[in-house]
Amino acid sequence: MSDALRLLGDANVQWVLTGTLLLGLSSGLLGSFALLRRRSLMGDVLAHTALPGVAIAFLLTEAKSVGPLLIGAIVAGLVGSWCVDTMTRYSRIKEDTAQGITLSVFFGLGIVLLTLIAKGGGAAQSGLDRFLFGQAASLIGSDVKTIAAIAALLIAAVTLFFKEFKLLCFDAGFGDSVGLPMKHVDRLLMLLVVCTVAIGLQAVGVVLMAALLITPAAAARYWSERLSVMVLLAGAFGALSGAAGTLLSLTGARMATGPLIVLAATALFVISLLCAPQRGLLPKAWRVVRVRRKVIDENILRALYETLELEWRRSGERSMEPFFKPIDVDRLAAHLGRHPSQVKRWLKRLERLGWITSTHQLTAAGLSHAHDLVRRHRLWEMFLMYEADFAVDHVDRDADTIEHHLPRSVVEELERRLKMHHLEPALPDSVHEIG
Amino acid sequence: MGMLTIEDFWVMLTAMLVAGSCGFIGSFLVLRRLAMVGDAISHTVLLGLVLAFLLTHSLSGLPMFLGASIVALLSTFLMQLLQRAGAQEDAAIGVTFTALFALGVVLLTLFARDVHLDTEHVLFGEIAYVPWDIWVLNGLNMGPRAVWIVGGVFALTVSITYLFFHIFKVCAFDPALAAAMGIPVMLFHYVQMALVSMTAVAAFDSVGAILTVAMLIVPGATAYLLTDRLERLLWISVGAGVLSAVVGYLGAVVFDVSIAGSMAVAAGALFALAFVLSPKHGLIAKWLAQRAKAPDHAPGV
Repeated sequence: MSDALRLLGDANVQWVLTGTLLLGLSSGLLGSFALLRRRSLMGDVLAHTALPGVAIAFLLTEAKSVGPLLIGAIVAGLVGSWCVDTMTRYSRIKEDTAQGITLSVFFGLGIVLLTLIAKGGGAAQSGLDRFLFGQAASLIGSDVKTIAAIAALLIAAVTLFFKEFKLLCFDAGFGDSVGLPMKHVDRLLMLLVVCTVAIGLQAVGVVLMAALLITPAAAARYWSERLSVMVLLAGAFGALSGAAGTLLSLTGARMATGPLIVLAATALFVISLLCAPQRGLLPKAWRVVRVRRKVIDENILRALYETLELEWRRSGERSMEPFFKPIDVDRLAAHLGRHPSQVKRWLKRLERLGWITSTHQLTAAGLSHAHDLVRRHRLWEMFLMYEADFAVDHVDRDADTIEHHLPRSVVEELERRLKMHHLEPALPDSVHEIG
Repeated sequence: MGMLTIEDFWVMLTAMLVAGSCGFIGSFLVLRRLAMVGDAISHTVLLGLVLAFLLTHSLSGLPMFLGASIVALLSTFLMQLLQRAGAQEDAAIGVTFTALFALGVVLLTLFARDVHLDTEHVLFGEIAYVPWDIWVLNGLNMGPRAVWIVGGVFALTVSITYLFFHIFKVCAFDPALAAAMGIPVMLFHYVQMALVSMTAVAAFDSVGAILTVAMLIVPGATAYLLTDRLERLLWISVGAGVLSAVVGYLGAVVFDVSIAGSMAVAAGALFALAFVLSPKHGLIAKWLAQRAKAPDHAPGV
């Protein structure tokens, strides 16, 4: 830990961190739009296509600085994206195949060029090696300044064209109809993605740059249904993984930054996948468990009410007293078609909910809740029977599934309608009793 | 160039077998729009090899091969799981393979001293060293190990495809019909993905992770532009793969560059030719057909 703190004091480390932070931020922002356009794998394609561009720029200029290599990467990326477009537009090749062809053939060309460069001299190649897996630590101040400046420009462009990109993602047709040049907006977005990839190559490398565009955005998608929130979150996730990966790489055994940044982003993704409140797996599973429990609780309470109601009717409906008698577990089990031991376990839960006492008698709250449930249930049964002409023996099952999701207002509307049809909602006879 | 030595022969044979077997199974990836899944599988092979090595502590042989294939196959399960957990298809693919590849690279760096893989190998493959990795059985020199592995996987892929040809065909063109016919579509999907995984593992040693993708997808796409029949598509794809291996190898020898990279470029060039010249689906054919249709451009009007 103290190592990390000492590192943070180092000026060069600060530069590198700033660079990867800004890089993560801009790729998170742009990745969100690429994701919503269902084109996140274009990031993978563009990163791989950049390799021959970088190699050619190197061969032409023998450059040690980042500038020409960036231009090479950007030009190659644009050519690659044009290739994918051309293949899908002018032949029956589908987009995924076009992407696969472009990325692998360009990469092959890049490898061929790299071997040519390697013949020229080992020292020359070492500068290019970092383009494969990324070595943020080898960045020097002036490189970082270039990267930071481009990242800042990208972030500004996203802010400026936020509305247009939003339209492109959700309703490009509408954008066209109000006279916006959506084709150019699409091209601008692709250009920005190409630039992000180009600056990212230094830190993350050709092979894994795609992850920085895809993973933070995919993680952010779990947290929000609002574009603005998602984009900001994706930017934050990207920045966080960029910084974390860089620090890990600097403190650890001089590992390439690329894989570490990607693993940091993946960790954030897994956390989002599991824990995001609305779409996360754990909250979802918890909701399912809760609904299931609620269904069981309410079913048993209703069954309980119905067995007691039978006795009440037999006693001539004079007093409510039969409703407060202790429950006969065996009869209830027979009514539910379950084993008595299981029913006993369920009754324990009702007791904890305060609906019955420890002597298996309904409490006042339990009775009113049970009455409520039965009333709603029968309303649905009646409704389905008369409105949809359902067979009587099918009514019960449908009512069971629907009633647990029935909000109050719908019940009121139902009551109104039933009254209109002269079907008074005054606790009607249960359909079960016909048999 | 000089004479073709026995080493050249083995390298070329391996290259042809790799390209042929990849082209064969890759055709299905192209047809089923799973090209990027192929990309993901070939990347995951790296993690598979590293994990298989760390578990079995053997450098080569069946355990390592099977272990890597299983890990690659598991990545397709993982993608399916992520999709079921609400991730978009492209995002599920991208997140899975980048994460697994990154993990592979990190493990590789951590245990670099123990594993015979290095980053060069991952990216370029080591097809040039194939002739020196000999399989010795009962003291008998059986020739390069890679030839046997790749050839074996190729034979297995062809026989399984021959056995289930009609099922694979229905699944590729109309999965809904296949399901309605009572075919366990998912089972055969995973059978096919297992074949892709094994092919990718076998090819990885020779051409590296990313150029396996080229061999898987590009010949199939070339064939897809040249025919409308599945049987022909498969063989044209194998032919295109083998041809790019030969052209690529010769190119690599002439210019003294990476063999794997040169094979990928040759495959791309063949595809470009088909893209322009294909008699039915090519650019020129389409342009001519369009001109014949449009009355404005007809001569004499």
